[in-house]
Amino acid sequence: MIGRYKFEIGCILVLALAFLATQAEFNRFYYFAGFAILQYVMIATAWNILGGYGGYINFGTAGFLGVGSYVAIGLIEWGDAAIVWQVVAAAVVAGLLGLFIGYFTLRLKGVYFAIATLALAIVLETIVNNWDFVGGAAGISILPPRKPELLGILIVDRKGDGIFSNSKEFLFFLMAAMAIFSVWVARTVERGKLGRGLNAIKDNEEAAECMGVPTLRLKLIATTLSGALMGAAGGIFPSYMTFVDPPTAFNLEFAVNSLAMPMIGGTFTWLGPVVGAVLLGTVQQIAIVTISSELNLLILGVLLVIFVTVAPHGIVGWFMKKNK
Amino acid sequence: MIRILANRMRIWLVAGLVVSSVVLSGSFINAAQAQKGPIKVGFSMALTGALAGGGKQALEAMKIWRDDINAKGGMLGRQVDLVYYDDQTNPKNVPGIYAKLLDVDKVDFIVSGYGTNLIAPAMPVAIDREVVFMGLFGMNNNKKWKYEKYFQILPAGPDPAVGFSSNWFEAIKSFKPKTIALVAADAEFARNLKEGAVTNAKRMGLEIVYNKNYPPKTADFTPIVRAVNAKKPDIFYIASYPNGSAGIVRALAEVGSDAKAIGGGMVGLQFAGIMAGLGPNLNGILNYDFYVPEPTMAIYPGSSELIKRYQEKVKTEGLKTDALGYYLVPWAYAYVDILGQAVNAVGKIDHDAIAEYIHKTKFTTVVGDVEFGDNGEWTESRTIVVQYQGIKNNDLGQFAKPGTRKIMLPEDIKTGDVQPFNALR
Amino acid sequence: MDFLELLINALIAGVLLGGFFAALSIGLSICFGLLDTVNLAHPTLIVAAAFCTFLLNDVFGLDPILAGVLITPVFFVIGLVIYTAYYQFFEKNSAEALRGLAFFFGLLFITEVILIMVFGVDHRLVNAAYIGKSMGMSLGTIDVSIPYRLLVAFAVAAIMTLGLQMFLDRSFFGRATRAVHQDMMALSLMGVDPVAIKRIAFAIGLGTCGLAGALMIVVIPIEPAVGRLFIGNVFAIVVLGGLGSISGTLIAAMILGIAESVVSTFFGPSWAPAVSFGILLGVLAFRPTGLLGVGDTR
Repeated sequence: MIGRYKFEIGCILVLALAFLATQAEFNRFYYFAGFAILQYVMIATAWNILGGYGGYINFGTAGFLGVGSYVAIGLIEWGDAAIVWQVVAAAVVAGLLGLFIGYFTLRLKGVYFAIATLALAIVLETIVNNWDFVGGAAGISILPPRKPELLGILIVDRKGDGIFSNSKEFLFFLMAAMAIFSVWVARTVERGKLGRGLNAIKDNEEAAECMGVPTLRLKLIATTLSGALMGAAGGIFPSYMTFVDPPTAFNLEFAVNSLAMPMIGGTFTWLGPVVGAVLLGTVQQIAIVTISSELNLLILGVLLVIFVTVAPHGIVGWFMKKNK
Repeated sequence: MIRILANRMRIWLVAGLVVSSVVLSGSFINAAQAQKGPIKVGFSMALTGALAGGGKQALEAMKIWRDDINAKGGMLGRQVDLVYYDDQTNPKNVPGIYAKLLDVDKVDFIVSGYGTNLIAPAMPVAIDREVVFMGLFGMNNNKKWKYEKYFQILPAGPDPAVGFSSNWFEAIKSFKPKTIALVAADAEFARNLKEGAVTNAKRMGLEIVYNKNYPPKTADFTPIVRAVNAKKPDIFYIASYPNGSAGIVRALAEVGSDAKAIGGGMVGLQFAGIMAGLGPNLNGILNYDFYVPEPTMAIYPGSSELIKRYQEKVKTEGLKTDALGYYLVPWAYAYVDILGQAVNAVGKIDHDAIAEYIHKTKFTTVVGDVEFGDNGEWTESRTIVVQYQGIKNNDLGQFAKPGTRKIMLPEDIKTGDVQPFNALR
Repeated sequence: MDFLELLINALIAGVLLGGFFAALSIGLSICFGLLDTVNLAHPTLIVAAAFCTFLLNDVFGLDPILAGVLITPVFFVIGLVIYTAYYQFFEKNSAEALRGLAFFFGLLFITEVILIMVFGVDHRLVNAAYIGKSMGMSLGTIDVSIPYRLLVAFAVAAIMTLGLQMFLDRSFFGRATRAVHQDMMALSLMGVDPVAIKRIAFAIGLGTCGLAGALMIVVIPIEPAVGRLFIGNVFAIVVLGGLGSISGTLIAAMILGIAESVVSTFFGPSWAPAVSFGILLGVLAFRPTGLLGVGDTR
C-alpha cells in the first residue's frame, strides 16, 4: 500500500519541507531565488509533457506564460481577485489556448509546429501591446494586497497573525505547491496510457495511428495540459514582479530555458526537466549575483553547447548509462 | 532489474543535487561581514541587454562619485563601497538582486538601476524593508505606491509624464500650431511620454490628427513618416527608443516633412554613436535633453569638470561606453551624491530621518539645485529643449563643442531661438 | 497626398523592405530549408557581420557593401567550422533536431557575448553616399520617393537570390545539394560524399551573412542584441516560403515586407507584427508546407 503511493508521499514531504522553509525565516534572497527556480521547474515540466513525451517542440512558451500573466493582471484590474483565482483562471485560459493551438496546428509537425507556436507568441504579444486595459506597452504596476485572505483565513500578516509573515514567503510556498503538482501530473502522464501514446507518436505518428492510437485526441490533451500548466506558472508571475510589461512577460528567455532545461536534464522522464531546471536555474541565479557581467550569457551558451554535445540524453540519461 | 537501476540512479542524482546546492549556497555566506567595514551602497544595473548603453555610463559616473566621496572622508567617516549586479535589462532579475543586496551582502543603502521597468520590481522590496530608495530615470514609479522614502532624479517635475514635455510644448508656441501628429515606440517609457504629450497638446487646444505606436523591430520608418505627412500636421511629436530615433531621423531625411517642429521625446539622439552616425540628418530636430555643452550650463556647478573626467576615464581605461557621457553621467552622479549628502548631514544610518531630511532640503549637486516633492519627484520640471543645427559632417568632436545643440528652453539658460524644421535643413 | 499616392508608396516601400528581409533569410533558407539545421544564430551572425562592416567602414572608410563582399569569405569559413562541429556532434549520430536547436542557442549567446566584449553595447551606424537620400519620381500626378538605402539593399538582395537560385538549379553542386535534401543514399551510390556537399552548402548559406550584415547596418542601427528581434521574422519567411525553396523565400519576404509597410501606413505600425505572423499562421493552417514547399511536413 505504502509502496504504491511512495511518490505521492514524497511530494507531500517536499511540500512540507517547503512550508517549513517559509517558517524558518531564512534570508529573503533564498525565497526570491527559490521562486525563480521553482517557476522553471514548473515551466520545464509543462514543456516536457508535449516536447519530451510527444516530440512536439513548443517554441512559444513565452506566449502561454504571457497569457497567464495577463489573465491575472486583467483579473486584478477588473476586481482584485485573490491570487488563487488568478492562477486558476490563467490555467484555464492558457489551457484553452493550448487546445486551440493543438487543433489549429494538428497538421503541422516538427519545425513547422515550432515556428507556428513562435508566431502565436508574437501575435499575442502584439495584442497585449495594444490593449490598454492591462497597461499595454507601457506596462502596469500592481499593488499586492496587504493582508490577503483565503476562505476566511488570514494568509499573510507581518505581525505574525497569518500563516506567513511575508508575502514573498507565501508566493514561494504557492509556487512550490504548483511545481510539485505539475511534476506529479507529468509523472502520472508518463506512466499512463497518455504517455505511452505520446511516445508512440514521437517515434512514428503514422505507425501509431495505424496501431489504433487516437493520435489527435492525445495531442490535444497534451497541448491543453502543457498550456494550462504554463499559464498557471505565468498567473503567479505578476504578484511576484509587481510590475509587468510585455517584453518581460513574453521574454525570449522563457523559450530558451523551457527547451534547454529538459534537454540538459533528459527529456524521456519526469525527473529530467526537474534536474535540468534545478541545475540550470541555480547556476543562472548564482551567476546573476556573482559573475554579473556579459560572461553570464557566455556561461549559458557554453553550458548549452557542452551539455548537448557531451550528454546527448541529458544528465539522467548519462547516469542511467553509467549504472548499466 | 531496471527498477533497481532506476532507483540507484535516482539516489545518485538526489545526492548530487544536494551536494551541489550546498556547495553553491556556501558561496553566498562568506559575503556576510562585520558592521564596522565600509558603508555599502547596493544596486542593480543594466550592464547587458537593451539598456546597457545607459547602464554602463551610469556605473562609471557612480564610480567617480565613490572615489570623490572617499577622497573627502567617505560617509559617516567610513569609506564607501559600491556593490552592484547586472540585471541584464530583465526586470525578472531585479527582485532577487535587491533581496541579495539587503539580506546577504547587508548593504547599508540601495539605489535603483537605470530605467522605469527596472526600478518598478525593486519598489516593493524597498518598501518592505522601509529603506530610502533613490531612483535613476524612472517615469512615475511611485504613482501607485506613494512611498515616502523614494526619490527620483529625472528632472521632469511633480507630474513626470506631463512635465517631461511641457517645456517642449512651450517652445513650439511661437509657431502658432493647430494640428499635431504623435508617434511612440511600443515600450514603457515612450508610451508614457506620449501620454504626457497628448495632455499637453490638449491643453494647448491642438487637434490630434495622427496618434500611433510602432513596434521595436520596425526596420523601415518611411511608411510611418509618409502616413504622418499625409495628415499635414503642424507639429510632429515623436517618443522613440534609440533604434527608432535613428530610423525616423533617416526616414525624415529621405521623405522630408513640412511639419514646423519635429522631435520631442526621442531617446538615443543624445548618445555619441548615434549622433555621429546621423550627422547632418539631425539638423532641425527639436528634442529633449538633460545636459548639453553650451556655456549657460554653468548653472550646474562642477558638471563640465565631471564630464571631462568621465571622457578622460573612457579614453585612458579604454572603456566601451558612450564617448561623451552627457546623457546620464551628471544624473547618475547626482542621485548617489544626494544620498551621500543626506546621510552625512543626518549623521547616522536612520532611514526615516534621512528620508525626512531629503524631503525638506534643497540640495546643490552637479545638476544644479534639486528639491523633491511629496511623491519623490522633482518639484519643478527642468527638461531642456534643444534644437540640432549647424551639423556639417559625422565627426564626433563637433558635438563636444557648443553650437550644435542650442538650448531653446528653459529661459534662464537659453542660447538660441526655435526655428522651423525645414529652415535648418 | 491622397490615398492612391500613399498606397503606391507603401507598396514600393514594402517591396524594398521585402528585399532586405530576403537578404536576411536567404542563407537560412539553405541552412534550414535544404539542410535541416535549425540555425537560430543566423540573425546574430548577421549582426556580427554588420559590426565587421562597421569596423571596415570606420577605420578604412570602405563602402559598406564593398566591406560586405570582403567579409563574405570569412563567414564562409566560419560556416565550414560550424558545420564540421555540428556534424561531428549531432548529425553523425542522427541526434534529434531538438539538440541542434540548443546547440545553436548556445552559439547565439556566445556570439553575442563576443560582440559585446569587442565592440561594446552602443548603437552603431555607417555612412555612405546613398544613406539619408532618396530618389524622387513622378508617375503622372503621383509623387514617389524611394530611399536609396533601401534600393541598394533591394538590389543586392535580388542579385544574391537570383545568383543562389541559378547556382542551385544549374550547377552540379547545386543539384547535389538538392539531392542531399531528398535522397542521401542515391548520392552516396553515385560516389559523392554527402557530408562534404552539406558542409559547403552550409558554408554558402552562412557566407550570405557577410553581405546581409552589410545591408543590415545600411538599413538600421545595430547593437549586439538586435539579432534576436529578427529570429521570428527570418524563420517565418523561410517557413512561409516553403522549406528548400529559394524563390519561395523571396516571395515570402516580399509578402511580409508589403504587409508591414501597408499596415504601417494605413492601420498603424503597432499592428504590423500581428498581421505578418497572422499570415504565417493562416498559411500554415491551410497549406502546411508553406507557399512553394514540396514534400512532407516533417
